Amino acid sequence: MREMIKMVIVLTILSFFSGGVLAYLRNSTQERIDNQVLEFVKGPALRTIFEGAENNPIADRFILKDGDVEKTVFVAFYEGNPQAVALETFGKGYGGDVGLMVGIDLKENKLMGVGVTTHAETPGMGAKAKSDPNFVAQFKDQPIDKPIKVTSDGGSINAISGATITSRAVSAAATEAGELYNKMKDQITTEANKVKKTEATKKEK
Amino acid sequence: MAKPLAQEFFKGLWDEVPPFRLVLGLCPVLAVTKSVENGIGMGLATTFVLVGSNVLVSSLRKVIPSKVRIACYIVIIATFVTVVELLMQAYVYGLFLKLGIFIPLIVVNCVVLGRSEAFASKNGVLRSLLDGLGIGIGFTLSLAALGAVRELLGTGLLTIWKDWGLAFDVFGPAYQPFTFMVEAPGAFVGLGLMLCLMNLVPKK
Repeated sequence: MREMIKMVIVLTILSFFSGGVLAYLRNSTQERIDNQVLEFVKGPALRTIFEGAENNPIADRFILKDGDVEKTVFVAFYEGNPQAVALETFGKGYGGDVGLMVGIDLKENKLMGVGVTTHAETPGMGAKAKSDPNFVAQFKDQPIDKPIKVTSDGGSINAISGATITSRAVSAAATEAGELYNKMKDQITTEANKVKKTEATKKEK
Repeated sequence: MAKPLAQEFFKGLWDEVPPFRLVLGLCPVLAVTKSVENGIGMGLATTFVLVGSNVLVSSLRKVIPSKVRIACYIVIIATFVTVVELLMQAYVYGLFLKLGIFIPLIVVNCVVLGRSEAFASKNGVLRSLLDGLGIGIGFTLSLAALGAVRELLGTGLLTIWKDWGLAFDVFGPAYQPFTFMVEAPGAFVGLGLMLCLMNLVPKK
């Protein structure tokens, strides 16, 4: 009986300390981990869209509330002013949601560029949406006031051959970002102007 | 018949080097050694867990009841593994992405549990610390060696630590990569050849 109680006590104390240490460590690394995730998952797409930006768009972000949905908006500075924003939207792809970072020019109200962040599309087919820069390059300078479509749906985007569903998903995500931007434009512009510029930490090549 | 302290450390580097002499913990050895960098990262993470769990197990060895010792070891090891996982996510996220699932799987690495059970639960704190350090460094070097063989033949490159610029194109652009070596079967062949070489050297 005594032995049994000892077992329970030792295991309880051990688990208690383990839990405490891990909870503390988690709290103290949370912010860094969040930044790292942003850097590695959204960073590459953001840097391609905002090539030559004067700040680090990953650091200059704010949370936009659209009803219950929270969206993170990244701000890019050109010539000293917040010139463009980027937000992430999702389209229904062949293997699940395709995450798309959409950059929008605040002055000219058109797309600055898009970049796929997360996806589960077929390698060599739909996955080209991320790996083939020529496909996403077509979204540059598209207007945001009307839906963006692939050519087979009567639009102007040439779909990736063999991956129409993925191409549609990307187009739909870009359209959604445009609609969201149009709806929340005032709020986005005010928030973007409030953001303080942080100098770009990484120089472009 | 206490052995000299230094021997507890050095035995891990040759006589009891985990993958080749003890032939333990082969899962990460086969899976992550696609490059030297991966091998070193995995090895260092394991070393940290080994040292931490060895020290804690040996200092608690009189308190832990023998019937629940495995459960206690697992709690201790799992704690250290989660610490490593969080730290890697916070500081070397790129490497964390590459090693992926194999970091949490250190919990069930038999090298770690084996040292707790076979060594730390019977020896003092200092000896356990040296043992963990020795075995851990031996493990790291083995992974790095296997990683070097596979990466060199499979890609012609040698990536020791990319963030510090320690990446070399050894054979130059004309090299035709022997990609078999960086695929899964190449791991088995590479490990087998290294085991064979190790066995050619006679034991003392």
